[in-house]
Amino acid sequence: MFVEGQGEHLAPLIWMRRFMGQYIVRRLLQSIIVIFGVTLLSFLTLHLAGDPTYFYVSERASEEEINETRIKLGFDKPLPVQYLNFLGNLARGDLGMSIRSRKPAIELVMERLPATLELTFFAMLISIVVAIPIGIIAATRRGTAADGGIMLMAMFGQSMPSFWLGIMLIIFVGLQLKWLPISGHVAVIQPFMEGNIAEGFGNLPEAIRFLIMPGVTIGLFSLSRNARLVRSSMLEVLSQDYVVTARSKGLRERVIIMRHAFRNALIPIVTMLGLEFGFLLSGVVVTETVFSWPGVGRLVTNAITQRDIPVVQASVVVFAVLFIIINLLVDIIYAQLDPRIRLR
Amino acid sequence: MATANPSIAPVVQLKPPEPSVLKRAARSLLKAKWPILALFILGAVVFMALFAAQIVPKDPNRQNLVERLFEPLHRDESGQIQYFLGTDGLGRDLWSRIIYGAQVSLAVGVMAVAVGGIMGTTLGILAGYRGGWVDDFIMRLADIQLAFPFILLAIMVLVVLGPGVWNLVPVLGIGQWVTYARIARGQTISQREKEYVEAARSMGAGDLRVMLRAILPNVIAPLIVIASFNVASAILAEASLSFLGLGVPPTVPTWGGILNESRDQILAGKWWPAFFPGLAIMLTVLSLNILGDWLRDFLDPRLRGK
Repeated sequence: MFVEGQGEHLAPLIWMRRFMGQYIVRRLLQSIIVIFGVTLLSFLTLHLAGDPTYFYVSERASEEEINETRIKLGFDKPLPVQYLNFLGNLARGDLGMSIRSRKPAIELVMERLPATLELTFFAMLISIVVAIPIGIIAATRRGTAADGGIMLMAMFGQSMPSFWLGIMLIIFVGLQLKWLPISGHVAVIQPFMEGNIAEGFGNLPEAIRFLIMPGVTIGLFSLSRNARLVRSSMLEVLSQDYVVTARSKGLRERVIIMRHAFRNALIPIVTMLGLEFGFLLSGVVVTETVFSWPGVGRLVTNAITQRDIPVVQASVVVFAVLFIIINLLVDIIYAQLDPRIRLR
Repeated sequence: MATANPSIAPVVQLKPPEPSVLKRAARSLLKAKWPILALFILGAVVFMALFAAQIVPKDPNRQNLVERLFEPLHRDESGQIQYFLGTDGLGRDLWSRIIYGAQVSLAVGVMAVAVGGIMGTTLGILAGYRGGWVDDFIMRLADIQLAFPFILLAIMVLVVLGPGVWNLVPVLGIGQWVTYARIARGQTISQREKEYVEAARSMGAGDLRVMLRAILPNVIAPLIVIASFNVASAILAEASLSFLGLGVPPTVPTWGGILNESRDQILAGKWWPAFFPGLAIMLTVLSLNILGDWLRDFLDPRLRGK
């Protein structure tokens, strides 16, 4: 921890690097503990209903078969030993075989991950890019009809079940107006990963047509929350002394808002980015089902109906690890931007 | 929970004694438009849930394949409205199903909040009051839970345990405890050293008594605000999980469940089996959010009078 008066004699650069490093190390350790926590929870969950062997055999399996499977999967060993085995397998990227397709569960998840990430990032983009201007408009026109209208819409946006919005979009925008496709997916990340940069960019316009409705479905809640957040933090910032000073200097309102107020009003949004991602990621599960999006979410839903536990477990672990890593990255970047964080 | 601010203290003393909380609440509610509307909608939903058996026009589970997918306001030969909101894919009366759905949605929301609220408040006060390793342990646990999207774990638990109200409620409740715990802890820490706690202790009150009788009443206001928002989010979560087939068994109509069953009709362009249950969810959640907002403003002394 930072002790007052201890680093003062150090040159500022060394001082900064020292505490920056400490912050990253602390966050890294935290993340590792959390990953352990997540794996422990998802391991224990499997054992909540008693012997998990029954998830891995068919309903008509004989006693002999069940016993065999139990020994093969190690479910006959004591729980702590099983957990260590689970961790060992996890470290090798092995989360068991899918019961239905007989492929490694992790492979199935990884195959579907790019489509899910496309959708999540697109939803995140919508939720931020739209929220910022409307939040600013509401704040700068506080108390007017525009403000009231925007805030009412935001209130609605936060109260809708996202999958319901998706269904309504499919029925009214997709089927009746025929403006946008109701299902389908054009890969963008996949070609990039395979090195076909040109194909990736070429796919983009078509991909966006497919992304709009599911993206809005997932993103609307966050969009609404962000708009409210931008508005309230703008209002807070606009009453600060330095804004009053800027105004009394005779700066134009536009300059005050964009140069002075806006940047500081963004801080709470940046803080939320990491959590936001996780939130959107969990919205993916239902939305992908509604739009038949070929991502991890639909994989999970199918695995739920087929009771394909290894696939559900692998998806949960992958999502959790992804979420933790992204949060870690966001925090580190954020700490670079805002010294108050890393010195805390 | 009033923060001691010496610069404004004299001003407060000059004011006449404030009227009771209930009176102030009633007065503030009457002045605001939206919260009144919200209260009205919520009252209607609660009424629907409580008297479902008395007010449903038809048996919500009676199937009639001849009358499947009738449009809303469907009239019979005599011109009387037969199905107010139409029928679903199995010819069941949508309006009756939505009335019954209110029961499960509200019950699950309220019970989940009760579970999460009691658990979180207890742990939060304990962490704040005790400090030390108890505090560290509870807060690390909270960090772990906040560090990944809980709905994923909820899915996993419900797949293993199987769907059903009695699995759903604890899962949703556990998903919420962290918010209460964090706030209760913060509040407790700020109250812990106050004179009245000291006084209670010096009069010989044990830890449990101090926590329950002295600290709890002084930290509960912000927790009530959180609770009202959390009933809303529990209702949304229940709908999502029911939509995935993990909520309540299909024999019990719930809003999320009705939506789930309507999926087969979507591509045929039949909008009403999906539209109305979603609308019910939205109006209920919206009302709770509006009330929560109002309650927060009302209970936050910094905003009072503005």
